[in-house]
Amino acid sequence: MIRKLLYGGGALGASMFAATAAFAQDAAATAAPTVDKGDTAWMMTSTLLVLMMIVPGLALFYGGLARTKNMLSVMTQVGAVAALAMLVWVGWGYSEAFGDGGNALIAGFGKALLAGVTPTTTSATFTKGVAIPEYVFVCFQMTFAAITVALVLGSVVERMKFSAVMVFAVLWLTLAYFPIAHMVWGGNGLFFTKGALDFAGGTVVHINSGVAALVACLILGKRIGYGSEIMAPHSLAMTGIGTGLLWVGWFGFNAGSALEANGSAALAMMNTFVGTAAAGLAWMLAEKLAGHKPSALGFCSGIVAGLVAVTPAAGNSGPLGAIVLCFLTAFVCYFAVTKLKHMFGYDDALDTFGVHGVGGMCGAMGTGVVYSAALGGPAGESWIGMGAQLLVQGETVLTTIVWTAVATAISIYVAKAVTGLRVTSDVEREGLDLGEHGERAYNY
Amino acid sequence: MKFIIAIIKPFKLDEVREALGAIGVAGMTVSEVKGFGRQKGQTEIYRGAEYSTNMLPKVKLEIAASDALAPQVVETIQEAASTDSIGDGKIFVFDLASATRIRTGETGDTAL
Repeated sequence: MIRKLLYGGGALGASMFAATAAFAQDAAATAAPTVDKGDTAWMMTSTLLVLMMIVPGLALFYGGLARTKNMLSVMTQVGAVAALAMLVWVGWGYSEAFGDGGNALIAGFGKALLAGVTPTTTSATFTKGVAIPEYVFVCFQMTFAAITVALVLGSVVERMKFSAVMVFAVLWLTLAYFPIAHMVWGGNGLFFTKGALDFAGGTVVHINSGVAALVACLILGKRIGYGSEIMAPHSLAMTGIGTGLLWVGWFGFNAGSALEANGSAALAMMNTFVGTAAAGLAWMLAEKLAGHKPSALGFCSGIVAGLVAVTPAAGNSGPLGAIVLCFLTAFVCYFAVTKLKHMFGYDDALDTFGVHGVGGMCGAMGTGVVYSAALGGPAGESWIGMGAQLLVQGETVLTTIVWTAVATAISIYVAKAVTGLRVTSDVEREGLDLGEHGERAYNY
Repeated sequence: MKFIIAIIKPFKLDEVREALGAIGVAGMTVSEVKGFGRQKGQTEIYRGAEYSTNMLPKVKLEIAASDALAPQVVETIQEAASTDSIGDGKIFVFDLASATRIRTGETGDTAL
């Protein structure tokens, strides 16, 4: 979508700078933008769809993958960090990511506590002169912050203290999420000004959370009994329900990222259907080719890997490009989850790195390819300078990896100093549901 | 009196219960159990993590019967629970020292 601004027919210039909330006020000053009720209604709907991805979507998806004794702790951690992220977002997150001024790494803090945001202020969309109410943009982006920090938890569940999770969440959002969101989407952001393509947050949400998950689980260490005891998912039915909710919710995430109810949103919607479908089938095909049965968990994993891969490409690819991109990504993620993890022996409990980190990287790089009009993408020209674009995409990916790795390490070590980080081995064996929350998920 | 413990395949439970009812067995206790014998376990794979389960689910029946009825009970279970394949289970018979009906205090065969 950013590329659309850079290459879009005649739209270069004013609209490029009207692209983000950072410039909403400027736009309002020059000519009062039109707020369309259809756009506004769609963006409100999209916002709620993303909330549904978190609770109950991600909570059930992750919860089902955990063991019976940790079901509630997983669901509670997901819900609680999402709620915390919303408060932090109002406190300083929105301003740090999308406030006025600032530099290439973070925005200014002038909008802390949502200072100056009123029902009449607006945020620019990608169409010149068209805006949405700023509160809607604040809410929409708030759900992105909330789901991203919840995603990270997938690697550390079943052993990290609830208190440590909460401390980590505040620090990580501040040090990793808000800066990277600014770098990718802020008008003066580091990656934005380089022309990186990331339609709905493949870098901000998925590479960011995936790499953070890997670093966090490496510092935290493996679960007791990892590799020797059975750690099978306790309910793939729950995971299946969660997968469905994630898929439906992802239309808000991807098509909502168009910020308007228009053709770009429609393209994102199309791709979120077919790219995802291709990846769900591809994962099962990979299982079959590896000599196993096509599994329910494989289908769910493929669906999520496809959703991750299509995120940066949603409005930056044609349907065929999205299908090929997601199909290939599923194979790479399958390898990461079933082979790479066991080769290196890290305990990424629910495979956040393998699916979101690796899938996000495939999506980010692939988007640089499928964007060209010759491959069915929406670029203004048949072949974009693909080498140059891939270089920008690669730079963005690498910078994000390094940035979030450092930010995650700081956040985890501070959480460790404050809370002790890990539950006792007794609590871990008995389960975090009882040990950390005093409840059981199931009382038959 | 005899105490009979039978381990059978779970899906055979209804057939066995009906057959035993037909020969006059008035009650039994049933529990879901796990165990292993000659039958091999299964392999489950979740995202490349392979778990082989040696313990298979079975159903355990506990029946107290008079000395007269006991041989017939064993025969009935054996016939009804059989599928002619490994994993059909086993039947064990013990001598039973006493039985008491809690409501009335009756003992012996009349308590069964």
